[in-house]
Amino acid sequence: MSRTLARRMTAVAAIAVASLGLAACGSDSEGDGGGSGETVKIGFMGDLTGPNKQLGINILDGAKLALADYEKTNPDVKITIVEYDSQGDPKQASGLAPKVIDDGVVGLVGPAFSGETADTGAAWEEAGLPFVSASATRVTLSDNGWKTFHRVLADDGFQGPGVATFMANNGFETVAIIDDASEYGQGLANEVDAKAKELGLTVAVREAVAAEGTTVPNYSSTISKIKGANVDAIFYGGYYAQSGGFVKQLRDGGEDAVFVSGDGSLDGAFIEGGGEAANGAALSCACALINDTATGAAKTFYDAYKAAYNTEPGTYSPEGYDAMTAFINAVKDGKTDRAGILEYLTTVDFEGVSKQIKFEANGNIVGGTILMYQVKDGAIVGIGTTEDAKLS
Amino acid sequence: MSNFVNQFWASTIDGLTQGAIYALVALGYTLVYGVLRLINFAHSEIFMIGTFATVGVISAAGITSPLAGVGLLLFVLGAGAVAAVVSGGSAVVLERVAYRPLRRRGATQLAALISAIGASLFLQQAVSIWVTSDARTTERVMEKVNLLTIGTGDLRADKLLVFVGAMAMMILLDRLVSGTRFGRAIRATAQNADTATLMGVNIDRVIMITFLIGGAMAGVGGMLYVIFFEVTNFTVGFVLGIKAFTSAVLGGIGNLRGALLGGLLLGLIEEYGASVVGAQWKDVIAFSVLVAVLMFRPTGLLGEALGKARA
Repeated sequence: MSRTLARRMTAVAAIAVASLGLAACGSDSEGDGGGSGETVKIGFMGDLTGPNKQLGINILDGAKLALADYEKTNPDVKITIVEYDSQGDPKQASGLAPKVIDDGVVGLVGPAFSGETADTGAAWEEAGLPFVSASATRVTLSDNGWKTFHRVLADDGFQGPGVATFMANNGFETVAIIDDASEYGQGLANEVDAKAKELGLTVAVREAVAAEGTTVPNYSSTISKIKGANVDAIFYGGYYAQSGGFVKQLRDGGEDAVFVSGDGSLDGAFIEGGGEAANGAALSCACALINDTATGAAKTFYDAYKAAYNTEPGTYSPEGYDAMTAFINAVKDGKTDRAGILEYLTTVDFEGVSKQIKFEANGNIVGGTILMYQVKDGAIVGIGTTEDAKLS
Repeated sequence: MSNFVNQFWASTIDGLTQGAIYALVALGYTLVYGVLRLINFAHSEIFMIGTFATVGVISAAGITSPLAGVGLLLFVLGAGAVAAVVSGGSAVVLERVAYRPLRRRGATQLAALISAIGASLFLQQAVSIWVTSDARTTERVMEKVNLLTIGTGDLRADKLLVFVGAMAMMILLDRLVSGTRFGRAIRATAQNADTATLMGVNIDRVIMITFLIGGAMAGVGGMLYVIFFEVTNFTVGFVLGIKAFTSAVLGGIGNLRGALLGGLLLGLIEEYGASVVGAQWKDVIAFSVLVAVLMFRPTGLLGEALGKARA
């Protein structure tokens, strides 16, 4: 008995010593980060292993590319990206937030999605940590008075009405508007709903399906309702993990109205999930998808991205690059602490690969162009802005 | 309310289809509860393993275009057998690792319950790490042709297959439990394990077979799920497991026919409810009904009665 006890005591002591050692290492590296002329830590927060991880990975890869470009200039001040995988889950993001703040991160690329941004924004604000989301588009995010909040793409206050305008321009009269009950999906769907009614469209079905992972993905009831309403188009506000399955069940159910969705569905995984059924779908985004027809800086970005990752830039990759570049520019300007970077972001103004990067006082990007894309033969192709895009 | 009327037939068909899958999975909860008085929360993961086994069969068989006729029948039988064996086998291993050691040491039911939850998380994460953390979509196995239109409802071939397949498995199980020696041993153990031992029933064997059968049912459920939804992921069992458990409780946990009734009812309630007040309320309605039923019939609609199941 006493021998077991002694052995246990030894084990406990060993663990205690080890953790002390780790803690010492931790505070050491933090000390390095705080000083000038050494390493500046920029955080990334988003979905890297969750159900919609492709979007997070796209942003992170874009950001890493910006960092690689910076490192090529052999700068005195080194920058590292610290990754925080929230799995796109607001609860996980909230749990990670204190760690991000304690780690001595001076700027954050992210959080990626609207839900996690809404739940962590107050924490960043309190810590004075400037954050630049590459993809959170829920309108109300900029209404919180967070000085630390920024985003490099237009919000759903542009995207929603833009989609409604697009539907009206394409001659749709009766539409169904469905969302996934998420912060993002519901917010966007409400924006589409309001503008569609204003433009004289009839919203015959307005319903939510339960969010991914909270219910069995059987949309039969919603689809029966849509079929009964004889609509010209269906708008779905939500992420690709569900929208692919939704469009498949929709087509299997014999409904052939045009499927329209937002940036949450704008990914190859939507096509994979929807298969044949995804063809013809129209997808909107405040983001710029960059493909091999790009020119100028965008083309340079495309080539570098392809060389680095052996794949085309995905949704939000250019935005991830631009968000990171904003921080890099701040560091180049000699700002290496949170307050300095935050101050710098109020005046930042440069031509990013996605668009001109300049923030309004509430953190929104200046300007609000929304682009439309369409799935054709299993590929996503640009068809213009919401004002002039025509389905073919 | 007009939606309810308009969608009545569509809801009925969809509800029975979904309910058949709930019922198949519910059987596993009910069987194990009947014999061990244990809620096997890891059963949802046994179902999940069945879906992955089916995905494996589909890719191994090299199916690139939908099957029909004899080819489809062979596929369903083959994939069903593989999924049943893989899931049943996993359930047996689960029992050996997570429950039997506890039972041997005379641990409380609570310890077994915690072990069940732990096993459930372990299996989920194991599949996420070793197989995939992505959604896995499959090729289409059968054409989703409409066979018959009843009112506004389309009776599609795949829905019919799910329903008929599930019913066939349940009838088979019912026969097995009520009409064979094994079945009699299971019922005897459910009624009184100590007495059953005195009568020469090998309890450990009975428990193993109970897990095997329950797991096999979940495996077939997983196969039907994949044919119907053409997608799975490592968390697929979580919500479906809760729904199946609800079905078992609704019908009367420990009662095989209760699981069937509970599953089909839950499927129908969800669809009818969704047609009236919107799909976002589907789960709220389903669980409200459960609470209401349990208030008036705490043992479920048909009561606890695995031991009393008769031919």
